[in-house]
Amino acid sequence: MSYLEYRVKAVPTGFRKVLYLHWGLILLLIAAASVGFIMLYSVAGGSLSPWADPQIKRFIVGMIGMFVVAMVPIWFWRNISAVAYLIALCLLAVVEFFGTTGMGAQRWIDLGFMRLQPSEVAKITTVMVLAAYYDWLPPEKVSRPFWVLIPLVLIMIPVAMVLQQPDLGTSLLLLAAGGTVMFVAGLHWAYFASVIVAGVGGIFAVFQSRGTEWQLIKDYQFRRIDTFLDPASDPLGAGYHITQSKIALGSGGWTGRGFMQGTQSRLNFLPEKHTDFIFTTLAEEFGFIGGMSLLAIYLLIVIFCIASALRHKDRYSTLLTIGIAMTFFLFFAVNMSMVMGMAPVVGVPLPLVSYGGSAMLVLLGAFGLVQSAHVHRPRGTIK
Amino acid sequence: MKRTTPDSALIWRKVSRRGMLVGGLQIGFGAMLALRMRHLQVDQADQFRLLADENRINVRLIPPARGEIYDRNGVILAQNEPSYRITIIPEDAGDVDLVLRKLSHLVYVSEEDIARTKAEIKRSAPFLPVTILNRVTWDDISRVAVNAPSLPGIAPEVGLSRQYPLEDLFAHAVGYVGPVSSRDLENSDDPDPLLRIPRFQIGKVGIEAKYEELLRGRAGAKRVEVNALGRVMRELDRREGTAGANLQLTLDASLQSYCKARLGEESASVVVMDCINGELLAIASAPSYDPNKFVRGISYADYGALRDNDHRPLASKTVQDAYPPGSTFKMVTALAALEAGVISPNETVYCPGHFEVSGRKFHCWKGGGHGNVDLDKSLRESCDVYYYDLAIKVGIENLSAMARRLGLGERHDIPMSAVTTGLIPSREWKLANRNAEWVVGDTVNASIGQGFVSSSPLQLAVMTARIATGRSLVPKLIKSIDGAPAGPDMPRESLGLNENNLRFIRRAMYNVTNDRRGTAYGSRIIEDAFRMAGKTGTSQVRNISQAEREQGVTSNADLPWNRRDHALFVDFAPFDDPRISVAVVVEHGGAGSSAAAPIARDITLQALYNGDPPLSAYPSKDRNRIAKQQKDIRDLMPDLNAIKRERA
Repeated sequence: MSYLEYRVKAVPTGFRKVLYLHWGLILLLIAAASVGFIMLYSVAGGSLSPWADPQIKRFIVGMIGMFVVAMVPIWFWRNISAVAYLIALCLLAVVEFFGTTGMGAQRWIDLGFMRLQPSEVAKITTVMVLAAYYDWLPPEKVSRPFWVLIPLVLIMIPVAMVLQQPDLGTSLLLLAAGGTVMFVAGLHWAYFASVIVAGVGGIFAVFQSRGTEWQLIKDYQFRRIDTFLDPASDPLGAGYHITQSKIALGSGGWTGRGFMQGTQSRLNFLPEKHTDFIFTTLAEEFGFIGGMSLLAIYLLIVIFCIASALRHKDRYSTLLTIGIAMTFFLFFAVNMSMVMGMAPVVGVPLPLVSYGGSAMLVLLGAFGLVQSAHVHRPRGTIK
Repeated sequence: MKRTTPDSALIWRKVSRRGMLVGGLQIGFGAMLALRMRHLQVDQADQFRLLADENRINVRLIPPARGEIYDRNGVILAQNEPSYRITIIPEDAGDVDLVLRKLSHLVYVSEEDIARTKAEIKRSAPFLPVTILNRVTWDDISRVAVNAPSLPGIAPEVGLSRQYPLEDLFAHAVGYVGPVSSRDLENSDDPDPLLRIPRFQIGKVGIEAKYEELLRGRAGAKRVEVNALGRVMRELDRREGTAGANLQLTLDASLQSYCKARLGEESASVVVMDCINGELLAIASAPSYDPNKFVRGISYADYGALRDNDHRPLASKTVQDAYPPGSTFKMVTALAALEAGVISPNETVYCPGHFEVSGRKFHCWKGGGHGNVDLDKSLRESCDVYYYDLAIKVGIENLSAMARRLGLGERHDIPMSAVTTGLIPSREWKLANRNAEWVVGDTVNASIGQGFVSSSPLQLAVMTARIATGRSLVPKLIKSIDGAPAGPDMPRESLGLNENNLRFIRRAMYNVTNDRRGTAYGSRIIEDAFRMAGKTGTSQVRNISQAEREQGVTSNADLPWNRRDHALFVDFAPFDDPRISVAVVVEHGGAGSSAAAPIARDITLQALYNGDPPLSAYPSKDRNRIAKQQKDIRDLMPDLNAIKRERA
């Protein structure tokens, strides 16, 4: 169903659109972000600076952006999906050559007022272009090899570029989000089965390559995997992060040690306490109850998105919403797994909570797309 | 416009199905996360909270103040004095070079110190203080403190360091402290965590070492919260330690300082013992050294000078060196013979100047001989031949037994380093150590305190005290610990010797110093209340060959210093009611009568009068010389009142 098929009159217009926003989703986003503000205030030792204050400002900017995106009809976004995808690829290329190096990887473009991380943008645009592709592709062709190859290429280009930075975590997330879109689009099971086989083979190849000239991933990535598998092997080196993070989580208990009473984060035993490891501070200070609350908010956001997606009448909206939900899910699932010692430390922030500009702005923009799809869903019958 | 085909409807349903599957998987994964979190946070919470506390809580030791050491009158022998350091905290200083340059305008900082400071700053965390200067004076500290505003990061710090105000006076008895070394740690199974503090000061020799555990005290501890870098954030609680016990010695600093001054440049030692309770009043070894140098870290040159000095300043001669006691041993031989009943005091032996036994010729010190000698004369004039004769009669077993009874050949338990046992030989000892049978000549040699016999000045003082009292006095160095008398009073049982025999010996000793013919008549005391009884000793450190004897024995003055005889003298006083016993050994001093006896006499008088004796105690012809000597010595003695312990 193309946008021309929408009965425009059945779609809310003008300021009425505001009434059709997914307000439940907005409230949940605000709730999640507020948890972030509180934690950033806490890890700064009870101070708005240096993290909570800019985070709040960025969140407000992001919310405004989300509204703007939501007000623009979804068919517009569908039509520019390919362009957005190409722009993201260009940004990735730019960062490759002119980016600022941080933590051993080229990841940002310094825009002055913020650091733009093109890989974040690419995550969303890849989902967009895939959704648009499957919207355009006649459903019966979905599983034909040629028509499978095209989306695969669409995914692999940004994945390869992100891997080049190198940012293993984000590239895996991109792969997973793209794969999800393809899966939901109705691709035949056999493809996924073969991918799983290939994936296992690939992992095997990666480990086989260790120490050879054609080593596929960096040494530090190997070490992270090693320490993930056995954090105790190196408690003061690379395993430090995971060990300290687990100590912080575990010492929280049921109700936590109280607001701003977390010794692990306050005394700097936690690494990256305001970014990737902020969940540990939450769990330390507010305990199991606090951590579960955030997890519940996150899961509700995902459930709201999927429920919304399943009611959409066009494939673009459905696939885009599910793809974005998946991207969001992958963010917090990987981050939480990481701090709980269930996944290697890959440098994925906790969405909306971790301090960081571009990730939050891009995510809120993506939720703008979700809202746009939600607002512009035809209500009534199709002629 | 596209039509909705049955096919695409099918696929649309597939999309919904798969969308729901994805959502279901996500919720499933969320549930797994929740379970994992429950496992970590609820099931293992206690364990992790413990780990978090281990992370953040550091136990820091608070070193206790080391116990002080006083003499019997409260004069401080070892104390803790504040020592000032200048430190820099790099992160507060900002421009370290600039601050160091400014500091060097105020106080002298060597290039070496600056280089070391900078190197250390590079190594350590920026919030940890780095010492620039150690042991700076109060003046320097105040100059730095006044200029503090222009010296960011510079902080004067105060610590305690050991100090010995009397410097070399008690070095051998009190000893000194030094930083704990890895060898100290290996050799000790002491679990005290204080020893793990880098450069913690522990006793190295002397009383400081022997009473280390009492003096050290118990460490306090404070629990502090630290961050991941080790910076202290706050103190959680603290438990103060217990200061080390204060020791009061039996020694008398004024007598000790007199002894040291009186020994002068000699390589000599003196022990003064209280005959009533065994307390040691002075135990001086000369020359000495300044223990403060060892506390600060002695320079290689200074140490070399001490080590290579042929007068051996580092040796604690009073207890660690054993000398042939020479004629001071004759009381032992005489008593052994009297107790064994092999002679009577009035029996005489003819001394022709030499004595022959089993083909060997033993000489008397007096070449022409003493003629007929009875016991009194034998001690008074120190006739050797008389004792050679006794030795044959009494035998080495009786001789050794008597020596041991009088405290020779016994390691007296006093808390000083390297206390020697000396040697009282026996047949078994010779067989085991020299792999030779005991011969009668050995007994003859032993009878005059030569040959294998050796004893420390401390043992000689004990021997003299036992002869003077007839009781088994043992030396005692610690008077009280933290005000409580140290240990039970030493046993003072009778030695079980025949009082008449003892009286003979004492009388003969009295004649040594008070009879015109006595060997130490020149060193008599003429104050009747304080008459002294003593015995000279001159012990050979070389063999005199027959050829030398025929040409006339070379006099000591013509020999190189280190081949001259040791001069010894032991005495007790007052004769009627002995209060003190004194042993003096002057290494290579020559004759006991001329080198050791005058020193012993002066020290005896000093001890009895508790200060300078009146000149009337001296023979009139000596008085002028003594007056001058007293004045000279007074100039050498430190002002003890200045360092007396302040009493509340």
